[in-house]
Amino acid sequence: MFENLSLLTLQEYWWILVSLLAAILVFLMFVQGGQTLLYTLGKDESERKMLVNTLGRKWEFTFTTLVTFGGAFFASFPLFYSTSFGGAYWVWMAILFSFVIQAIAYEYRTKPNNFLGQRTYETFLFINGALGTILIGTAVATFFTGSGFKVDKMNLTDIISDKLPVISTWEGPAHGLEAVLNFQNVALGLAVFFLARVLGILYFMNTIDSKAIFARSKKHLLYNTIPFLVFFLFFVIRLLFIDGFTVDPTTKVVSMEAFKYLHNLMAMPIVLILFLIGVVLVLFGILKSILKESTNGIWFAGLGTVITVFALFMLAGFNHTSYYPSTADLQSSLTIENSSSSHFTLTAMSYVSLLVPFVLAYIFYAWRAINNKKIDAAEMEGDSHTY
Amino acid sequence: MIQHLDLSSVDWSRGQFALTAIYHWIFVPLTLGLAFIVAIMESIYVKTGNPEWKKITKFWMTLFGINFAIGVATGIILEFEFGTNWSNYSWFVGDIFGAPLAIEGIMAFFLESTFVAVMFFGWNKTSKKFHLTATWLTAIGANLSALWILVANAWMQYPVGMRFNPDTARNEMMNFWSVLFSPIAITKFLHTVTSAYALAAIFVIGVSAWLLLKKRESSFAKKSMLVAGVFGLLSIIFVIWNGDRSAYQIAQKQPMKLAAMENLYEGKKPSGMVVIGITTTDKKYNDTKNDFIVKIEIPKLLSFLSFRRVDAYVPGVKDLIEGNNEYGIISAKEKIERGKVAINTLKEYKEAKKANDTAKTKLLAMKFDENTTVGQEFLNNNFRYFGYGYLNSPDQLIPNIPFTFYSFRIMVGLGFYFLVFFILVVIFTYKNKIENKKGFLWLAIITIPLAYLASEAGWIVAEIGRQPWAIQNLLPNIAAASRIDATSVQITFFLFLVLFTALLIAELKILTRQIKLGPKDGGTK
Repeated sequence: MFENLSLLTLQEYWWILVSLLAAILVFLMFVQGGQTLLYTLGKDESERKMLVNTLGRKWEFTFTTLVTFGGAFFASFPLFYSTSFGGAYWVWMAILFSFVIQAIAYEYRTKPNNFLGQRTYETFLFINGALGTILIGTAVATFFTGSGFKVDKMNLTDIISDKLPVISTWEGPAHGLEAVLNFQNVALGLAVFFLARVLGILYFMNTIDSKAIFARSKKHLLYNTIPFLVFFLFFVIRLLFIDGFTVDPTTKVVSMEAFKYLHNLMAMPIVLILFLIGVVLVLFGILKSILKESTNGIWFAGLGTVITVFALFMLAGFNHTSYYPSTADLQSSLTIENSSSSHFTLTAMSYVSLLVPFVLAYIFYAWRAINNKKIDAAEMEGDSHTY
Repeated sequence: MIQHLDLSSVDWSRGQFALTAIYHWIFVPLTLGLAFIVAIMESIYVKTGNPEWKKITKFWMTLFGINFAIGVATGIILEFEFGTNWSNYSWFVGDIFGAPLAIEGIMAFFLESTFVAVMFFGWNKTSKKFHLTATWLTAIGANLSALWILVANAWMQYPVGMRFNPDTARNEMMNFWSVLFSPIAITKFLHTVTSAYALAAIFVIGVSAWLLLKKRESSFAKKSMLVAGVFGLLSIIFVIWNGDRSAYQIAQKQPMKLAAMENLYEGKKPSGMVVIGITTTDKKYNDTKNDFIVKIEIPKLLSFLSFRRVDAYVPGVKDLIEGNNEYGIISAKEKIERGKVAINTLKEYKEAKKANDTAKTKLLAMKFDENTTVGQEFLNNNFRYFGYGYLNSPDQLIPNIPFTFYSFRIMVGLGFYFLVFFILVVIFTYKNKIENKKGFLWLAIITIPLAYLASEAGWIVAEIGRQPWAIQNLLPNIAAASRIDATSVQITFFLFLVLFTALLIAELKILTRQIKLGPKDGGTK
């Protein structure tokens, strides 16, 4: 089946899968957003316990999606893995540190004799929630604005000079941290941060049986929606006006094109429609929750997030666009064509991808089994597993 | 010549990978084994309906959860370190190596993380049978993830199922099943996971022994011991059987690692095996000092274990470095020269292609094509030594021999001790005499750190013993690394050291407190 597809089709298929994983990851970062609101929405230990526990039943999905996103990107576009991770060392390391401290924070937070104290573990959760979302958003923004790197496969054959024979090298000493100097990058980071908080709030409204938390959530939903919209609109509007990195389909030469991403939207109306549907769904989910006593806004806003982020990744990688452009050397820019795995590997991995619907099905089933009843204070006092 | 500063960054990256892997491996074996032990216990509960088994299951599940979290935390770094610190590696073999990592995520991690939530939170929300299924699926998910990462690791030790593509300057997968079912991969997986089962069994027995010494939860402890004792005994028998097979494969595929494991400098026919000995620390492969200060050796045993013949020749470090015509061993110097030819041929090919010299490109492309005679000759005589071309001196090929030698003996020696230990646990528990064996109960507690020591020693043998290779014979670590300044890696190294140490202390403190609280009071799940 897959073996009969062309290499380009497989590359496109895998870009779609990686984009979908990234989109689901951004939705699941409601966990991170929620972690930054423990003391804003929880006014006493009992309330905070409910907040932590409702997130604690889902944090592993986010974590696992991040790990799978990394693995899938490695398997399908190894030159990205090699270039971005090896180059933007500090950005990725900071992101990883923030996830390491998250992974133990839930389990250890209220355990007796936990060495670092409850507040430290809650601080870990906050750091993960803030740093993780902002840096991931900032890193993704470089898919549009570019980074300073060079790729030269000839370096592999350099056994004479005094340098390591490294193919992908980063310009400048900041190893990725320079991305924060570009406000457009930071704007996406902050948009993701506030979106994660919005989603976190909507998730709390959906899963916690507490009037006080619900009322506070509603208030803070508005407070977080405003900065989210400001930063998101700034990023998107600017994106439509900046020069983008276009690839000549015949010569594969990369050059700058004015209004490239606007052109991409026009050239791919389906992406434009998806993008608009996504944004409308996010706004609908938020407004529904602000204006009514609704608890299911998370599903609209969540689905909207997935669709919007997916559309953004389509803009970055399709229609002869470099998805990981280099500002140091245009011709080093990565495209889905020049950075992918071989036909054989993409084919083999495509068969593995057939497992995904099955995985989604059992996640859905287990999610319902655990979330079929809202969390309440009584459950937190009972003999159940609590964080 | 590569600059000292660059080499320093490679060394720090090696150190960082070793540090993070060692920490990760402290927690993973217990997760792999305890998951199954808990699943067995819960199965007994569901089958018998006896609430004591539920109490037993919940207690061990609590300890499992504490350990599981830190295993997850330390694991994420390793996956991304392939990119951050070993960027050339990620490109050179990413076409093959990335696949197991992705499959691990899709197939194993989601299974594990989805059902671990049901396992912890589903006691009162799902049926008994669904909960039990979730517990088993968690165990299977954890072990499946071990399968894929060990397949990837085995491939680094014995690369198969691929070909080199000069156009992309990387190795590309040609046969997925050769990678998955490589004999090295199967052995590595089975040996590693069964050793993890043994470790988890020892943990359960040791903790239960402590409860018995404190005269608490007698029935609980003895039942736990019986399950763990039988599980551990079956596991350790398999570990030993499979360990022999693993060493046999090393003899065939990684002779330098075998020589390091045995501190064998001069090849011998037949070769005896040193059961225990003290190595000469400043020994060089080309001096005349004795290998050992003192040793106890069993004649011919190494020949038999390595090649299944009592009179087989086993090459030593000196033979592998200087070559040995009698046994057809090429010298390291010669391999380095051949490797440089391979690298330069790739360079010529790339230059010819860039210059649009079609005739030369075609001619050179044939050298990388196994379907041509010239290709077979080049691939066999030169390309198989590609990685050697990055080395400047033969002694770069020698791993840390004393470290490998002693680690191997610690692992094997303790492995046999565990066999005896498990037999005694099963006998004493079965005869209901274990409660009175105070000395043995203390021994069971002391055995817990020994299990961890053996487990880490096994990792050291596998990984230190294969240096300097990131990919055996194809890519030494100096050609696999990223170009990052040493200071950056030093900073992250120490950050990891501090953070992981703090988390380890936290884990130990929480675990010990939960154990002290015991199943009745502290079982919060």
